[in-house]
Amino acid sequence: MPPSDFSFDESLPTVLAEVRRVQSDIKDGLQAHGFGERDMFHIELAMEEALVNAMKHGNQLDSDKFVRLQYTITPEFFDVRIEDQGAGFNPDDVPDPTMPENLERACGRGLYMIRSFMNEVVYHGRGNIVTMRKQKSPPDADE
Amino acid sequence: MSSQPRRQRLVVEDIGDVTVVNFVDKKILDEQNIQMIGDDLFRLVDELGRRKLLLNFSNVEFMSSAALGKLIRLHQRLAQVQGKLILCNISKAIMEIFVLTKLDKMLKIVKDEATGLNSF
Repeated sequence: MPPSDFSFDESLPTVLAEVRRVQSDIKDGLQAHGFGERDMFHIELAMEEALVNAMKHGNQLDSDKFVRLQYTITPEFFDVRIEDQGAGFNPDDVPDPTMPENLERACGRGLYMIRSFMNEVVYHGRGNIVTMRKQKSPPDADE
Repeated sequence: MSSQPRRQRLVVEDIGDVTVVNFVDKKILDEQNIQMIGDDLFRLVDELGRRKLLLNFSNVEFMSSAALGKLIRLHQRLAQVQGKLILCNISKAIMEIFVLTKLDKMLKIVKDEATGLNSF
């Protein structure tokens, strides 16, 4: 019998160690729902970038602030919503790091990687909320 | 907040005039961890005078954009002092990040350590 859908909703303290903890739980959940290695790598990378962005740039590493993390894992997709308590930002203001003039800049790649590795990425409100979806790839997509 | 204990994050070996660096961690994450790895790599250049750095990624399974930023700065620093940075043994998954971000065009990446040693 396929595993049932799994949902998670928790406010995480702004502590980077929390990212490690939830990443481990998400990986276990993805494995249980039959996601392949490449999908799991893409999700782990996008979650790393998005959660660190929320804590570092959003909440400014203020340990009194929280990041609300909600995600659902089904046999077909991984859905996530991340909300921080920061001032937000305009994702259109982040320069394309792959343009020749930006290639040697040491920052700006996190958002680009998130958008590349997830199927849907939408910023909401003032830019302090992001929702993302990763559709499970067919079994032979790892090759 | 207590600081992370100072532990070895790099294994450094000199082969001729090339400094080969292996990473201890499988995952290069966390601001603090990346900062310490960066400090150790810059120390090789700025304090120990190494000019040919070969970074061996055979042990690395995962790295974030913050780690990429550190590699770019190291590349720039070495270029300033007429040095050279080469990366080798990068996994298929991590290579996808380098290709996606077009850093494979900026950084010299070779298949393995032997090729790297002959590429300076």
